[in-house]
Amino acid sequence: MGQVALRGVSKHFGAVEAVRDFDLEVEDQEFLVLLGPSGCGKSTVLRIIAGLEDPDRGTVVIGDRAVNDVEPKDRDIAMVFQNYALYPHMTVGRNIDFPLKCRGMPKPERAGLVASAAEALGLTTLLDRRPAQLSGGQRQRVALARAIVRRPQVFLMDEPLSNLDAKLRVQTRTELIELQRRLTTTFVYVTHDQIEGMTMADRLAVMNEGALEQVAPPAEVYAHPASLFVARFIGSPPMNTVTGTPARLDGELGIGTSGGQIPLSPAQRQAVEASAATTIAVGMRPERLTIGTTGPLPATVAVVESLGAEHHVICRLTDDQEVIVRIGTDAAVPEEGAAVRLDFGVEHLHLFDATTGDRIGR
Amino acid sequence: MSATVDPLPAAPTDRPGPGEVPEPDPGDRHLRRRRRERLLAAALLAPSALVFAVFVFYPFARNIYLSLYSTPPFPNLPSRFVGLSQYSQVLGSHNFLNSLWVTALFVVYTVPAGLLAGLLLALLAHQKLKGIRVFRTVFASPVATSVAVASVIFFTLLNPQVGLFTYWLGQQNQLSVLDNPTWALVAVSVVTVWQNIGLSFILMSAGLQAVPDELLEACEIDGAKGWARLRHVVVPLLSPTIFFAVVVGTILSLQSFGQIDLLTQGGPLQRTNLLVYNIYDQVFNQNNEGRAAVMAIALFFITLVLALVQIRLLERRVTYGN
Repeated sequence: MGQVALRGVSKHFGAVEAVRDFDLEVEDQEFLVLLGPSGCGKSTVLRIIAGLEDPDRGTVVIGDRAVNDVEPKDRDIAMVFQNYALYPHMTVGRNIDFPLKCRGMPKPERAGLVASAAEALGLTTLLDRRPAQLSGGQRQRVALARAIVRRPQVFLMDEPLSNLDAKLRVQTRTELIELQRRLTTTFVYVTHDQIEGMTMADRLAVMNEGALEQVAPPAEVYAHPASLFVARFIGSPPMNTVTGTPARLDGELGIGTSGGQIPLSPAQRQAVEASAATTIAVGMRPERLTIGTTGPLPATVAVVESLGAEHHVICRLTDDQEVIVRIGTDAAVPEEGAAVRLDFGVEHLHLFDATTGDRIGR
Repeated sequence: MSATVDPLPAAPTDRPGPGEVPEPDPGDRHLRRRRRERLLAAALLAPSALVFAVFVFYPFARNIYLSLYSTPPFPNLPSRFVGLSQYSQVLGSHNFLNSLWVTALFVVYTVPAGLLAGLLLALLAHQKLKGIRVFRTVFASPVATSVAVASVIFFTLLNPQVGLFTYWLGQQNQLSVLDNPTWALVAVSVVTVWQNIGLSFILMSAGLQAVPDELLEACEIDGAKGWARLRHVVVPLLSPTIFFAVVVGTILSLQSFGQIDLLTQGGPLQRTNLLVYNIYDQVFNQNNEGRAAVMAIALFFITLVLALVQIRLLERRVTYGN
């Protein structure tokens, strides 16, 4: 079946380590999104699965066999490229037909498969056109049709939506999810867009500098980021982080920052005591902060950004660190320049070792 | 913001006010500007027009003039106007028809072979291998070699006494290939192909560089490798380059002269008497400018027609991508 596993995979390009000790298991029929900033090595991982790059070390398993020495065409995968990689001299029909033809399938059989792939993606009327005569969205569909026509075990997609305009991207996102459900095939999807990752993935694999930071369902990644990098990468606006040191407040352990003292829950206190961290980054999601007259952190309202459905209030702490607070349109909007206090439930705080970036506690 | 709005500038009136200088008519101004632009255009074009006039238009006109006069058998006699009769005489002559046939063979021998060799080397040099740059430089080097140098190199290689090729072929101390009526044209063609490989290689390499890597990777995943990839994807995408190389290669072959002059002087038995060499021979050895002029015009039309036919035929089969 369509499981994919990477075990201890590393890849260098000259002196650059693109992928480092990479371990990942993708379940059969899973929609796994590899998410990370540009240059984090996510495309390289995808290309290693496809066989377009050979790993320096480690094993790649597709289905139930190691495929390190198997040609890309024999790995039973299909790939959709960022720029679609359609053959410009072939019609849409011939583009879709090409992988079947290369495999020596007889013509009548091929015609049926091409017709059904074209129908599945609404391309039936475009079969005689050339890629140059199609819109971006249509080209994308042709690339998808060329991928599904072979019914491979695994689909690999390298930022397939990045060349579409915003509206079409949202629409295609939904269609891709539906397509995956319909095909019941494993998808490994690479993107740098966290919204794509959050909305499409069964599980997110967040990458940074060639290594995996966290693999979990999107909600879990958002609620319990495993590292400071994930915490800051996922979420829009991003999570606020304030750095401080463990300090006693009225005899109880908290985090002392130059902007104020942050209290902790008993479980968090335990975790901080158990960890060896000397400096701690405290993470606060913008929607978990409230602006009022009470609260542990004094701040000044710097700017209020209104986005229609919500407001982003950018506050400056006494030590000049910026903190973004997200409030709904129903809430009272503070005046710019007003002196306020920021409050939060301690259970919503995220604690990280500021040196290693590791999460402290649950 | 002030509450009052600045008045718009008044529309120009036809009649000048008291004490005003009459405004020039806008149409008049337009005319003057156009005249100035034309003068500028003429000034900018003049240098190239002059060069073309001296080196192309005048010789061409003079050539047509010469083709209508028969050259006297001895110098200092007046040339005689013969009109088009010289054309029928020259174009029907064995000498011209032989040249035409030899030139056609020469094009057939050199253009496809040069193209294929260039493509093959470009494909080899397109591999991602260590030190491939050295090979690229070597493969492109014939383009930096003059016809004269290339001819001298091959002349030495084919020399019956000291030539390496003759030694390999076991033809030492026998008639040189260049003096062999059957093989002379082939030998000259080989020199030409070698000479053209540089240009052909550079053109094909540039074409290959323009094929996106993603497409080749898509091929790899779709299952097209080697010959299938070359035939179904690479060559169609290279077709504009191939088309250009065929047209340019044909024109270059039709105009070949240096290698003939240096290696065979049109011989043996006129078997390498290409049109351009024949034209040269008519003027400088036979002192017959009239005949040469007719052949030059014939070559001009042959080149023109071939180029047009190629553009028509090939353009239909050429893929220009996106």
